[in-house]
Amino acid sequence: MTLDNLIEIVIHGRGGQGSVTAANLLVAAALKDGNKGVQAFPVFGAERRGAPVRAFARISESEIHLRSEIYEPDVVIIQDESIMNIIDTLKGMKKDGKILINTTKSPDEFDFSNKFNVATVDATGIAIKHDILVGGIPVVNTPILGAVPKVVEKVSLPAIQEVIQEKWKGDAGKNNVKATNDAFKQVELKF
Amino acid sequence: MSVMINTGNYIAAKAAVMARPQVVAAYPITPQTTLVEGIANYVESGEYTGEYICVESEHSAMTACIGASEAGSRTFTATSSHGLLLMHEMLHWAALARLPIVMCNINRVIGPGWNIWSDQNDSIAQRDTGWLQIYCSSNQEIFDTIIQSFKLAENKKIVLPVLINYDAFIISHTSMPAYIPDQEEIDDFLPPLNPAWKLDVDNPVAHGTLIGTKYYEKLRRAMHDAQQNAIKLIPKIAKDWEKQFGRNHGDLFEKYQCEDAEYILISMAAIGAESKVAIDNLRKQGIKIGLARLRIFRPFPSEEVIALGKQAELIVIDRNISIGSEGAMFNEIKSALYQQSDAKVTGFIAGLGGKDVPYGDIEKMCKKAIQGKTKNHQIWFGFKEDD
Repeated sequence: MTLDNLIEIVIHGRGGQGSVTAANLLVAAALKDGNKGVQAFPVFGAERRGAPVRAFARISESEIHLRSEIYEPDVVIIQDESIMNIIDTLKGMKKDGKILINTTKSPDEFDFSNKFNVATVDATGIAIKHDILVGGIPVVNTPILGAVPKVVEKVSLPAIQEVIQEKWKGDAGKNNVKATNDAFKQVELKF
Repeated sequence: MSVMINTGNYIAAKAAVMARPQVVAAYPITPQTTLVEGIANYVESGEYTGEYICVESEHSAMTACIGASEAGSRTFTATSSHGLLLMHEMLHWAALARLPIVMCNINRVIGPGWNIWSDQNDSIAQRDTGWLQIYCSSNQEIFDTIIQSFKLAENKKIVLPVLINYDAFIISHTSMPAYIPDQEEIDDFLPPLNPAWKLDVDNPVAHGTLIGTKYYEKLRRAMHDAQQNAIKLIPKIAKDWEKQFGRNHGDLFEKYQCEDAEYILISMAAIGAESKVAIDNLRKQGIKIGLARLRIFRPFPSEEVIALGKQAELIVIDRNISIGSEGAMFNEIKSALYQQSDAKVTGFIAGLGGKDVPYGDIEKMCKKAIQGKTKNHQIWFGFKEDD
């Protein structure tokens, strides 16, 4: 494998938000888009609801031999904005790295948007709009995936929607697909 | 054929079911749990129609497998860490009774201190039981190895159980794609078990009876010979697999950039995969280095190790430690080379307790060994007493 065509993604979220599922769906979509090397894995440890969790995804044109954690991400996805207050989510970011944040704010409102490429999308609002709730809590992992093709060129929206519909049949799948459409349209970019 | 993207454990479950075992008996333990959960899903969906026995402990899981295997059934189980240790007595039994059971072990730390991450002391502690031991580094390799292992275990020249190992979480919970052949293709490669012997009420045999020293020694020697036979059979099965499915993960070793190598790195499992990236980077810096990823730890491929030692200086990374001695691979490699080659061998202990071993660290280890003047020396990489 070569490291040159490799995209490394770190997803930050809280336990129960489906960060690991998001990473798995993301790479499944990337595989459908013809990327031969894909990999998704979690950092296990404090698997409690609400605790900060991380999941990793790698996408490459050739088989991936790496088995270590990601220390210098190309892309960081933040499922819960409040995590940025307690964890240095930008640690190790590549110089031209991109960060996608679930927030009601626009990219300009983050002071690091001068240094990094920032994308924002209100995934929580989209989840509520499409009734994507578990136990009354909005599930943001699928809506946020709709914004990913704008940030990660190697993944397309149709592939993401295909893997979502394979995982959730019927109305649940349809609502999640609608949510990804909204996220794709609504994501604000400052690249 | 189809492509399946899922974790090492779920792909192991798929392979286990496609091998059509008549009996699976298992007890859940982190991080093996999702493997048996995967098999349970196949029971639910009807894809697995064999007997699935939920037992109350790993000791019982292995005894259930022993009973089933003695009755002539193809048998599969999986465990990890303390589960494997609890089986220890029965592991000897399964091997001495010459039962071709196939088991996955997800390499996990032994406690206390309590920890669920990867290291190999659980399986290394079983090295003298008579089980063949294979170490995998990708989800595809796990799938292919499980099917191949039934063929290996059940061969009349082997008839021994096989333990397939892979890293906790780093492999067991990592999603990667795997090509899954059609069931008919698997059936073609792996026909139903025709047991070397079995308990049969219509044709009664005595089994496990009291025997004297002479015959006991014969039984032990036969096991040892069977393990030696595996040295030849493993590459043959790997070739047959490649012929049918187009993939070969290496047989005893997977060799990478070894042809002109003056230094050869020997590592296992997940570190073995990561090592390829380190080798690429070291090659770019002009260092003639290659990788021999050890796949088969039992039988230990001594002849191949000697050939490597005659070619190059060796660098060994162990994710295990025989307390009071050395890393298991380092120890056995030096033993194989004794009076056969005076190759310099440098050993490293790395990644204990699941500590991450990124390629940058592997490069550092290799450089340290290449620059070092010490011979037959072992270093705890990155170990700081006051950390």
